[in-house]
Formats: sequence, C-alpha cells, structure tokens
Amino acid sequence: MTAIASAEATSSAGKGWFARNRPGIGLHGAIVFLMIIWLIPTVGLLINSFRPGDVASGSGWWTAIFPPYAFTFENYAHVLEQSNLGTNFLNSLFISIPATVIPLFVAAFAAYAFSWMEFPGRNILFVVVVGLLVVPLQATLIPVLKLFATWGIAGTLLAVWLAHTGYGLPFAIYLLRNYMGALPREVFESAAIDGASPVTAFFRLAIPMSVPVIAALAIFQFLFVWNDLLVALIYIGAVNPDNLPLTVSIAGLVTSIGGGTQFLGAAAFLSMALPLIVFFSLQRYFVRGIVGGSVKG
Amino acid sequence: MTDKLVTAIIVVIAVPAVLVGYIWGTEQALRLVSERMKPRIRPWLWLLPAFGFLGVFLVYPMIGTVVTSLQDKFGKKFVGLTNYAWFFGSDDALTALKNNALWLIFLTLLTVGLGLLIAVLVDRVRYESVAKSVIFVPLAISMVAAGVIWLYMYGYSPPGAPQTGTLNAAIGAVGISPVPWLQVESFSVNTFALIIVMAWMWTGFAMVIISAALKGINPELLEAARVDGATELQVFRGIIFPLLVPTLVVISTTMIITALKAFDVVFTMTGGQLKTNVIGTLMYQEMFSFGNSARGAAIAVVLLVAIVPIMFFNISRFRAQEAIR
Repeated sequence: MTAIASAEATSSAGKGWFARNRPGIGLHGAIVFLMIIWLIPTVGLLINSFRPGDVASGSGWWTAIFPPYAFTFENYAHVLEQSNLGTNFLNSLFISIPATVIPLFVAAFAAYAFSWMEFPGRNILFVVVVGLLVVPLQATLIPVLKLFATWGIAGTLLAVWLAHTGYGLPFAIYLLRNYMGALPREVFESAAIDGASPVTAFFRLAIPMSVPVIAALAIFQFLFVWNDLLVALIYIGAVNPDNLPLTVSIAGLVTSIGGGTQFLGAAAFLSMALPLIVFFSLQRYFVRGIVGGSVKG
Repeated sequence: MTDKLVTAIIVVIAVPAVLVGYIWGTEQALRLVSERMKPRIRPWLWLLPAFGFLGVFLVYPMIGTVVTSLQDKFGKKFVGLTNYAWFFGSDDALTALKNNALWLIFLTLLTVGLGLLIAVLVDRVRYESVAKSVIFVPLAISMVAAGVIWLYMYGYSPPGAPQTGTLNAAIGAVGISPVPWLQVESFSVNTFALIIVMAWMWTGFAMVIISAALKGINPELLEAARVDGATELQVFRGIIFPLLVPTLVVISTTMIITALKAFDVVFTMTGGQLKTNVIGTLMYQEMFSFGNSARGAAIAVVLLVAIVPIMFFNISRFRAQEAIR
C-alpha cells in the first residue's frame, strides 16, 4: 500500500514541474488551431440542428450566425416527443454498463495471466487473441444468433452483454497486457515474498497501477456499446422490442421520415450527451505518476 | 417498474460480484491441489472466462466462415479455392485491396501522428482536459451522424451556384472553383476524403491512449534529464518517445486493423461507388446484395490472413519487453 501513497506524492510533484515550464505562445496557437479544425464539422451540425429543415438544406450553416435569425427548437421537440425515448434510454444504460464492466474484468484477469504467470504456449495464445481483432463482426452474427436461440436467451439483455464482451475482449486484453506487462517486476516479486497471493497482488497492485489505461478502456467500451446499432438490432430486435436501446429508435426516427437530416442532428446531440459525461468523469483518472513512484515503496 | 429495478440491481451489484467472486473462488479451489501444481493450473483458471467468450463469439463463427468460403454459393458442395481465385482475379476486388492499402497507410499515419502530437502538446497546458475533450467529441458521435456531418462538409454545387458545403465555400472565398470531393476518382481523391473523415473520428482514440501512457512516465526521470541540461526536444527524443514506443505499436496495430475493417464511413457516404470500395464493403455487397455468402466468407478469411505479418512483429516485441523488465 505504500506504493500507492508514494504514487500520489509524485503526481503532485509532477504538477510543480509543469508550472515551472510555462508554455509559449506558439504552443497555445497550435493547440487552439487544432481545436478549431476539429470543432468545425460538429459545430456545423449543431447549428443546423437548430434550423428548420428547408432552410438548412438551402444555405450553409455559417449564414445562420448572421441576421436574420431563423432558429427553432422544433427538431429537438420532435425527437423528444418519441414515446419510447425514456425507456430506450434506460435500456441503453442497462446494456452499456454490464457490457463495459464484464469485458474489463475478464480482460484484466487474462491480461494479468499473460503478463505475470508462466504457462506453455503463452505467446502463441496471446497472438491468437490479438489476431481475433480482425474478425469482421458481420461474419459472426448469424452463427451466434443461432446459438442464442438454442440457449433460449435471444432477445434478452444477457445475450447482448455476452456478445459485446466477446467482441470487446481482444482489444481490451491487448491494451491491458501491454500496460500491465510493462509494470516493474520488483513490485510483484516483493509482494510474492511478503506472502501475497496472486489475487491480492492483482487487486492491490496490478489494478491500481493500471488505472489510467483502465479508464481509457472503460470509456471506449462504453462508447462502442452505447453507439452500437447492429448488435442490438440483430440479437434483440426481432425477438424482444421492449429491450431495444436508444440507437435503434433514433435510426428508426431518421429512416421513417426519409432523409430527415435535421432530426438526425438533434438526435445525434441528445445521444452524445451521456458518452461525453462518461468521458469527462473518467478523465480525472488520467493522472501522472501512478506507476512512476511505485518502485521505491 | 419492479423488473426494471431488479435489472438495475443485477447490473450494478450482481455482475461485478460474480466476476470478483470467480477469481477469489479460483484461489479457494486451488487449496485442494498440491503446492507444486498450483502455478501450473492457476493461469488457465485466470484465462478461462476470456477464452470462453472468445471461443463462442469469435473463434466458433470464424471456423464456420472458413468452411463456408470453401463451398459454392448455396453451401451445398465444396469447391476448393474457387472463391479465392475469384477474389484475386476480379478488378473490383483489386481496387478494394488498393484502397485498403491507402487506408492502412494514411489512416494509421494520420491518427497515430496527430494523436501523439496532440497528447504531447496538451500535456503542457492548463486547459488540457478541455482540449482533449474537443478532439475526443467526434468519437462520441455515431457513425450515421458522422456521415451526415461530413456530407455537409464536402457538399458541392456547380460553379456559380452558392456553395452550402463548408469546404467548397471556404476555397471559394479565396477564388478556387468548387471540387466534388466524393466524386473525383483521379489520384483517389474521394478515398482520401473518406480517410479524412475516419481520421477526424479516431485521432481522439489514439490521443486518449497515448495520453494515458504519457501519464505513466515517471516525472522524476524527465526532471533529472532537465537538471542535466537537456533541451525539451532532447527530452522528448531521448526519454518520452522511447518509453511511448510500446503504446505506439499497440495503437498502430489497432489502427491498421481498423483500416483493414473500414466499413461504416464508406458505406454511409459513397456506398463504395466510384472506386471507393474497400474489402469490408465488398464483403457486405457479396453477402447481402448478391447473396453469395461463400465469396463474402472468402473475403473475411483474406482479411484474417492479411494481419499475420503484423502479429509476428508484435510477438517479437513482447519477447523484447520481457527481456528488459
């Protein structure tokens, strides 16, 4: 536990180092320039989502910045009026949270074994796992759906949790093994000498020291599941429409109207809100020096 | 409402409890075997859940795909390598392969290069979290919405008419005539336009992971180099970059695979028309538009084989990592 305490100490020392190296004007200029480039496309859609459909398709979004103003909340009102949106939102949460938590745990177990345990065929098995990254999702849908039907879980939330776990694991194991494998050997050796079991070393050392990368993984997995349309549509869609997530109702909203791109803008910004909150709240775990200070302890 | 509540409790409490309980349970179960056998059995118990998931959701369907790729389009009889012969003899497939090569090179360079640049730059300013959030936003947008956003960006009207596309309006303001970005086949301009959309989305991904690795570097190491009189560039080249190499390899590998699997952007923006097809869209067309799942399966297998050299590179790098830690 001293490892973690000293890690916190070094992270505050890191802050002091930055205060002493004041960035120049060129640095700020470069960052602001990149930010503007990245924002322009999204800002365009945001502005268009507040404009009536016919106006938005007839003139560029930048013309809306100047008078005469023609803004409207109609697009958002239309999207929110969809009767099932509340239920779909809850379903999206019920799908996304376990579909993020399960692969993180399972991948962490496997990554720890790949990094710090000896067993025959370790490298080959690891390469096979990473190689599975390339399997195209579309090729797995029908065989897996047949399996779910046999097991009697087609249309349930469980089916989607399991499927997203399977699809998310190769990347999660790859990234975690790379990070855990680079942790200092001394930490685990001294823990073993002190009589700590692998379970203790895993929960008390490997996990706390991998916090930045776990936070990054949690963000991505949550995002992929939250924005997923295909998996939900195939494994839930036909059997149990009550369990469908937000993406499905939004996609239906756009296609049923036919080219309703102004609604899509509104819908896109509504569905983006939660992933961005997750990103903001997990961002504070990207802290300097979690590994750095641990060896001394 | 009560069943929603039950679901919520399962989601928040039961699922993590089962997972932690499993790994704790393995250690209890290992008490039953001799001290000498423990280290031999333990790794497999830790790997078991992962291998179970991978087996069911990826390995099992992939074996089925390999079998399908060797059959005729009705799945009735085996036709050997006919589907593969078709793939390497068809102009469409070769165009898709060429486009995938462009995707692979430029998507990887753009995302990893810009992700590294931004991660290193924003690490030095107070508004780091704001800047990172801005770069990250496109990743939070669904693919369909991203496609619509960039149709506004690339929008084209004939010269003389008012331009509603952002890019053409911008170049029009400095007197350049408008370009139909998604329709120009020469020099693969349309493919590059699609790659830029994908790079806009995925740079945030590279940035977040590189930034997480950057935070793992011991600040005392950098401090020591600076005290010894190293310039910022020397610190980056001599310490930061070498320590980031493992992460850069992981990100590059992931981006190469993302490029090989490119599908959504092409599908929503051009549908693979005008020589913008990639392997992913070609597979979709064969499987679902032409109903030839055998050819589609062959394409999926080609994709799987294309990754083998990159995997060998990864293996050698992990051996090197073990040697030095």
